[in-house]
Amino acid sequence: MLSKVIVITSGKGGVGKTTTVAHIGTALALMGRKVAVVDADIGLRNLDIILGLENRIVYDLVNVIEGTCKLNQALIRDKRVGNLYLLPAAQTRTKEAVEPEQMKALCHSLRETFDYVLIDSPAGIEGGFRNALAGADSAIIVTTPHVSAVRDADRIIGLVEAAEKGIPKLIINRLDIEMVKKGEMLDQDDIVDILSIGLLGIIPEDPAIVTASNRGESVFNNDKSKSAEAYRRIARRIEGEDVPLLDLDDNHSFLGRLKRILTTNIG
Amino acid sequence: MDWITKWFGKGQSSKDSAKQRLKLVLVHDRATISPHLIEALKEEIMDVIRKYIEVDDSGLDISLDESGDSVALLANIPIKGLRRNSNPANSM
Ligand SMILES: Nc1ncnc2c1ncn2[C@@H]1O[C@H](COP(=O)(O)OP(=O)(O)OP(=O)(O)O)[C@@H](O)[C@H]1O
Ligand SMILES: [Mg+2]
Repeated sequence: MLSKVIVITSGKGGVGKTTTVAHIGTALALMGRKVAVVDADIGLRNLDIILGLENRIVYDLVNVIEGTCKLNQALIRDKRVGNLYLLPAAQTRTKEAVEPEQMKALCHSLRETFDYVLIDSPAGIEGGFRNALAGADSAIIVTTPHVSAVRDADRIIGLVEAAEKGIPKLIINRLDIEMVKKGEMLDQDDIVDILSIGLLGIIPEDPAIVTASNRGESVFNNDKSKSAEAYRRIARRIEGEDVPLLDLDDNHSFLGRLKRILTTNIG
Repeated sequence: MDWITKWFGKGQSSKDSAKQRLKLVLVHDRATISPHLIEALKEEIMDVIRKYIEVDDSGLDISLDESGDSVALLANIPIKGLRRNSNPANSM
């Protein structure tokens, strides 16, 4: 298979880029693909701790770029998943330690070994974002249903297109179905209408994500988690499968209806 | 319950105002053209105009004007004089 290098970016900080990279990377690896996740947030290393690999770092991305070590010395294999490898960010350096051309070369070498290279971009529209974008073929934009995040996403979409990386795909994270039903939160149709790019998936607001990242695990260990299914479907769509959107509304399910009948009768 | 609150005129839901406000603000956000593009635009516009009119290149000013919820391209081009023969076909 021809390898794909995809940057996951957002404009606004804290919308869930790192969490998304960790889970899509894991999902693709569990599907049998060889995946590298690259932490391009130089100076604010995070992907390692989300994946639970923080104690295994010896070398980092800047070491590779400066030639202090070989690429495969810096890659950390996630033994629980098997096919998943992390290239950690440097923690004590700044984004100025890396040039876009160097990131391009790095992504080029990663292509030789991996089916997918997922790059975790820093927030913002400056150097760090430019570096993360440089070596990618395409981009995924993460936004939450909040006005500020959607506005910043629009700005990033323009920059990705200007950099000739094609039209990015959208992931809506932290959708709260109860708020949507009350008309108090933008829903997927609103956001897609505003940003006019294709939707790759929707991830619900899910406490299981916080629990899992506290432990350095993925939500795939939790069978009941809705977000786990959402991430799996996104991974399948990246693989080219046509998968329907996940129904986030529990009240449509048998258990949900039962729960509702019970609670209305009691309360 | 939802219809009751709407009935009694709590008005627009917050998601509707979110959507409206975003659509408006993005018209302005998207209306920024890169300096590179502005330069290229200037060059081409001037090439066309020079065929008909003698213009003062140094006084040229092209900008985007945002007022209300619309955006306009404004060009201010000082003229030195009209060409005697302003039919471009003849001058070619
Ligand atoms: N769907 C979700 N449900 C609940 N919590 C979430 C969800 N997605 C992300 N979070 C939480 O939001 C926080 C921010 O997530 P994350 O670090 O992935 O964002 P980021 O975009 O990478 O941030 P930064 O811009 O700082 O790099 C984390 O604590 C994470 O656990
Ligand atoms: Mg992050």
